[in-house]
Amino acid sequence: MVEATSTRHHRSVLITAGALAGLVSALFGVGGGIVIVPILVGFAGYDPKRATSTSLAAIILIAIWGTLAQGALGNVDWRAAALIGIPAMLGVTIGIAIKQRITTARLEIGFAALMIVVAILLVAT
Amino acid sequence: MGADLLVMMFGVAAGAVSGLFGVGGGILFVPTLAFVVGMSELHAQATSLLAIIPVAVFGTWRERATGRVDWTDIAVIGLAAIATAVLGSLLADVAPQRVLRVGFAVILVWTALRIMHGVRWRASRASAIDPSHGGD
Repeated sequence: MVEATSTRHHRSVLITAGALAGLVSALFGVGGGIVIVPILVGFAGYDPKRATSTSLAAIILIAIWGTLAQGALGNVDWRAAALIGIPAMLGVTIGIAIKQRITTARLEIGFAALMIVVAILLVAT
Repeated sequence: MGADLLVMMFGVAAGAVSGLFGVGGGILFVPTLAFVVGMSELHAQATSLLAIIPVAVFGTWRERATGRVDWTDIAVIGLAAIATAVLGSLLADVAPQRVLRVGFAVILVWTALRIMHGVRWRASRASAIDPSHGGD
């Protein structure tokens, strides 16, 4: 019984994280991971490093859907996406290597700093 | 050509932020596409979505060995996000963007401060129990 309740709680936290991420990213063009990670850590008991891995994987689905919708409208520039996205694959390897070498506390402080940068950009632009 | 190189460098940086923090990288992709490539905000955001796919796929593949991901959880998060993204894109044209942006920014800063406070609180508690852990 307790287990069923906690599973339901877990599931509803995941739905909330996804729902807010989708809403914010559609409204502002940012905000998949920046929303998902803190909710998973704060409300679903995820370890911060596991939360970032989960968020990145969920973003695959969100980005595929967004690309299909925007691609159908003719808004996607494939050449520019390759120019920036392929070098970013090298970057993601670097980022993961750093994550594996730093403490969870440092990752959390870094994430909090990223949130503040995003907040400033949202207001400034 | 110089501009292309700059775009590629920002791409690497965006990827690093993505791998480290589990975000898409749009935070760097969108401004780079808008200001370096010279795209409109709409086209930059749309193109950023496509650029995120290889990064997120490759990053997830790199992390597969750590066994950190639960695919059911990921599917639930992703499907919920897709549902509200449709709603969000309908709202985007009519919503008071300025108010929403400021509101979201305030929530981000508040959450960031809480995270920082939590980390410091745990560090001070750890050092109170065992002084050798104080200097993390």
